[in-house]
Amino acid sequence: MSLSSLFALTLPTTVPLQGFLAVAAVLFCTGVWGLINSRNAVRVLMSIELMLNGVNINLMAFSSYLDGQLIRGQVFTIFVITVAAAEAAVGLAILLSLYRNRDTVDMERFNLLRW
Amino acid sequence: MSIADSTQFLCFLALSAAVLLGALGVVLLPNIVYSAFLLGGVFLAVAGLYLLLNASFVAAAQMMIYVGAVNVLILFAIMLVNKKETLAAIPGLGVRRILSGAVCAGLLGLLLRVDFTTPWALPGPVSIGEGATIRIGEHLFSDYLLPFELASVLLLMAMIGAIVLARRDVFSSDVITGEGVDQGLIEKARTPLLLEKNLQIQPVLEKTP
Repeated sequence: MSLSSLFALTLPTTVPLQGFLAVAAVLFCTGVWGLINSRNAVRVLMSIELMLNGVNINLMAFSSYLDGQLIRGQVFTIFVITVAAAEAAVGLAILLSLYRNRDTVDMERFNLLRW
Repeated sequence: MSIADSTQFLCFLALSAAVLLGALGVVLLPNIVYSAFLLGGVFLAVAGLYLLLNASFVAAAQMMIYVGAVNVLILFAIMLVNKKETLAAIPGLGVRRILSGAVCAGLLGLLLRVDFTTPWALPGPVSIGEGATIRIGEHLFSDYLLPFELASVLLLMAMIGAIVLARRDVFSSDVITGEGVDQGLIEKARTPLLLEKNLQIQPVLEKTP
């Protein structure tokens, strides 16, 4: 039995769309959990990047499987990457400013707006 | 079923495992420097997934922007705010973690159920393959021209805003001796305005004779 026929017995013929969507869902939920539970502000920003990547995988998978000719999902992914870069720059600048004023990166002590 | 298909499937499994384990590491590892480097690994693996989806341009953009810019920016932020601090214990943290974990697991279950029960309109149109880059260019300069231009304005605003927010207030001359100082090296020795009262530290300037 050759190697390829061995693979043919065990694996599906192509990567299914559902596989990509499942990876994206798990990545997104990991990001949400990290966003809620992180106490370091830098890690919160990293969790946001994880969530954005999960959304991007979704867009790319749909673009490749369901919209193969007019790949609009890829264009949307490029816009999401652009906005994510801008968000990271501004978020880290805000974080630096907060760190100078509060002398900590603990999210639990950023309670300036609590009433 | 060719050897290429099975290779593709094995690549998908390996990249997915890298993405998911890396994401868990980013969220769970106690050392944030390890988290940042693992985040770079996650971005690289996602770029590999894009390559599996016939999107070489977006994969390259992902590598350059996420791995090259965003991840380096995060590492810079970690270096700028690195301060060993012991986080104060918070009552009910464990309960909060478990509750939020349950909420996230529920969200994951919902998404996976939608994923596996929806009858997707497969197979769709045949994939454009290598012509994707040309098609993206056509999109960006015809029907997505306005968002493209707005994105450039957004990036400019974000750049200026980041500079304004992160800039230090510096003296152009030394307070005591009156000599000119290197702008980048001295920072105003004042107490942060918003510290809690019991944490106020004495300004450094009062100690000089």
